Amino acid sequence: MTPLYQIRIQKALADARLQSAIYAATGRLMDHRRQAIAPDVLPDYQELRTQANLIKRHTIENLDHYLEQFEAQVRAHGGRVKYAKDGAEVVEFLSKLAKEKGVRLIVKSKSMTTEEIELNERLENQRLETVETDLGEYIIQLAHERPYHIVAPALHKTRYDVAEIFSRRLGVENEVVPEKQTKIARSVLRQKFLAADLGVSGANFLVADSGAVVLVENEGNARLTTTAPKIHVAVAGIEKLIPRAQDLAVFLKLLGRSATGQALTVYTSFLSGPRRSGEIDGPDEFYVVLLDNGRTKLLADRDKRQSLYCIRCGACLNHCPVYRKIGGHNYPWVYSGPIGAILSPQFQGLTHDPWLPFASSLCGACADVCPVKIEIPKLLLELRSEVMKTREKEGGNRLERLGFRIWAWVMRHPRVYEMLGLAASAIMSDGNGKWLSRAPVLLNRGPFKAWFSQRDFPPQGKSFRHLWRMRTKVARG
Amino acid sequence: MSREHLLHKARTALGRSVGQAPGLAPPVRLRIPETHLEARIASLFRAVENLGGKTHRAGSPADACAYVASVLGSKAAVASNAPFLRECGITGLAGVRTNFTDRDALRAACAAADFGITSADYALADTGTLVMLSSREEARLVSLLPPVHIAVLPRERILTGLDELFTILPRPAEQTSSMVLITGPSRTADIEQILVRGVHGPGEIHVVVV
Repeated sequence: MTPLYQIRIQKALADARLQSAIYAATGRLMDHRRQAIAPDVLPDYQELRTQANLIKRHTIENLDHYLEQFEAQVRAHGGRVKYAKDGAEVVEFLSKLAKEKGVRLIVKSKSMTTEEIELNERLENQRLETVETDLGEYIIQLAHERPYHIVAPALHKTRYDVAEIFSRRLGVENEVVPEKQTKIARSVLRQKFLAADLGVSGANFLVADSGAVVLVENEGNARLTTTAPKIHVAVAGIEKLIPRAQDLAVFLKLLGRSATGQALTVYTSFLSGPRRSGEIDGPDEFYVVLLDNGRTKLLADRDKRQSLYCIRCGACLNHCPVYRKIGGHNYPWVYSGPIGAILSPQFQGLTHDPWLPFASSLCGACADVCPVKIEIPKLLLELRSEVMKTREKEGGNRLERLGFRIWAWVMRHPRVYEMLGLAASAIMSDGNGKWLSRAPVLLNRGPFKAWFSQRDFPPQGKSFRHLWRMRTKVARG
Repeated sequence: MSREHLLHKARTALGRSVGQAPGLAPPVRLRIPETHLEARIASLFRAVENLGGKTHRAGSPADACAYVASVLGSKAAVASNAPFLRECGITGLAGVRTNFTDRDALRAACAAADFGITSADYALADTGTLVMLSSREEARLVSLLPPVHIAVLPRERILTGLDELFTILPRPAEQTSSMVLITGPSRTADIEQILVRGVHGPGEIHVVVV
C-alpha cells in the first residue's frame, strides 16, 4: 500500500498551479538573495557567515551561562523570565497571566516557535481569543492551516484563495486585488491591536548582555504587538541567544539578505524590559518565556547540536530541489525543507517519519546558502545511519543487507564482476553496441520501479574495462 | 522548578558545571568604513529612495519646516517631543499636535492622525535606516500608527551603518527599553509575492536631513 505521505506528495506534484506558485516564489527569493550578497554589495559575506557560525557555536556550547546572564539582564530592566519545558507549560503560564490581568484579547506576531507548540489552538481551548497579525499568518489562521514556508507562510495561496477566505471568514465583499486585500486586513487588525490586552511575540534573537528580545519584520505588526497592549510576552526557544548586542551587526546583515534579499528588513526592534520612567508608551509588563520543548536533548549530541544554530531565514527551503517540488505541507512538522528534515526527527524521534532524512538528493545547496553554515547534508546522512541502525536492531532490512553483502563480494572478485557485467550487457543491450540500453525497461518493475520510473540510464558505450584493454593493446601494439 | 530542571539538563548535556565561566567568545567584529559626510548623505538618500521613501535636503531649519508644511497640507499630524522639531518650528505648524505625555491620549491622537512627525537618534547611510530610541522625547507610536511618517534630523546624526551604530551604542538597553531600526515604508509580499506598502505601519516615509 502506498503510504499517506506519498499520496499527498503525488497530489502536490500533479497540481500545476501549486507547482508554478512554489517555483515562482522560491525562485524570486533566490534571485533577491543572490543580488543582496553579491561581492560588490557585501564583499565580506563569507567572513560574516564564518563569524555567525563561530558565535552560534560558542553560545550553544555555553548555553546555560548565557541563559542565566540573559535572565539576570531581563530582571535588571524590570522584566521577568519564565522557563517552560513544553507547550503545555507555556499555555499554563499565559492563561494564568491572562486570568490575573483580565485579558480578553491577545494579538500575536509571527513566530515559528509558537507554531511549533500550536499555541493558538491551545489558547483557543482556554477560551482566549488569539489573533495572528502578520498578513500571511492571518490568512493561514483564517484558513485553519499551517505555514507553508518559514518566511512566507501563505506562499501557496493565490489572491483568489485569499478573496474567498476573507469573504467567508470576515464577511467582506469578494476582493481580489492584493492592495485592497491588505487594506481590509489592516483595518480589521488595527481594531484588534487597539483593543488587545496582551501581545505575544516570538524572538529572532535574545541578547544575553542586554536582556533584549530582537524582532525582525516588514509589516509593523510585531512593533504594534509589542507596543500597543499593556503586556508583552515573548516566547522563544532557548537557542535564540547570542552573547552581545554588538553581535547583531553580524546577524542582522545575514538574516534579511538570506531570507528575502533585504539588507535590513523594514523594522528591527530591540526590546529590553517594560517602558521606563519618562517613556511615553510601550508595555507596562514584559515577560520572556524560554522554551525547551526538546532542545536540551539536542545539546547532548556534539555534532548534531549545530541544528540549533538556525536563524530561520528559509534560504535552505528556497534552494532545495525537494522542497521546490513537494512544497511545505508535505513535511511532517511545522519546520519544512532541509532544516525541517533535520529538526523534525531530532525533536520528534526517528520513528515518527523515518523516510524524512532520505527525502534529499544530498545536492548540498542548503549548506551552501545557510548563513550560519549548518552542515545539513552531513546531518541528514547521520540521521539516515541512525534510522538504519534502529531498523537493524529490529531485525529489518535483511534483504537489503544480503544484497549489499553480495555486492561487496562481487566487487572484491574482478573476474566474477566482469562476467556478471558481460551477462548483464548481453541481456540488456539492444545489440547495437550500446551497453545496458534496455535496462530501464527491464528494471522498471518490482522493487526497482520507484527508482526507474523516474530515472533513466545515461547512454552507455563500451565498458571501462573493455576500453582499457583496447588501449593497452594499442600501446603495446 | 522548570528553571532548575532546564538549566540542569543543559549543563549535563554540555558537560558543564554550575557557575562555570564560558570559554572565550569570538572577538566582536565591527568594521567602520571612512566616509565623508556628503557621501553618507548621498548614500542615505539613495537607499531610502530605492525603498520607495521620499527624501529632502533642507538648507536650514526653516527650510525643513517649509517642506514639512508643504507635505502636510491641511491634514492632521502628531509630532513627537523631540527638541529638534521645535527648533525647526515644526511643532508650531497648523494642524500639528505635540507635547503628549499621557499614553492613552497619545495613542488616540496617533490613531486619528494622517501624519506622524519625529526626529531620529541616528540614520544609517548604507541601508537607508532610521534609528529610533524610545524616550520622553520620542514615543514609539508616532512613527507607527499614522499612515505617513516624516523624520527630520540634523545631518551629523548620519552614521555609516550598523557597525558604527553598535560601536556608539554597544548596549542600547542601557539607554532605552526600545530601539527600533526603520528601513523604508511598511511592506508585505504575503499575497502572491506582490509588493504592497503600508500594511500595519506607515506606507509612506519622508526623510528630511537638515
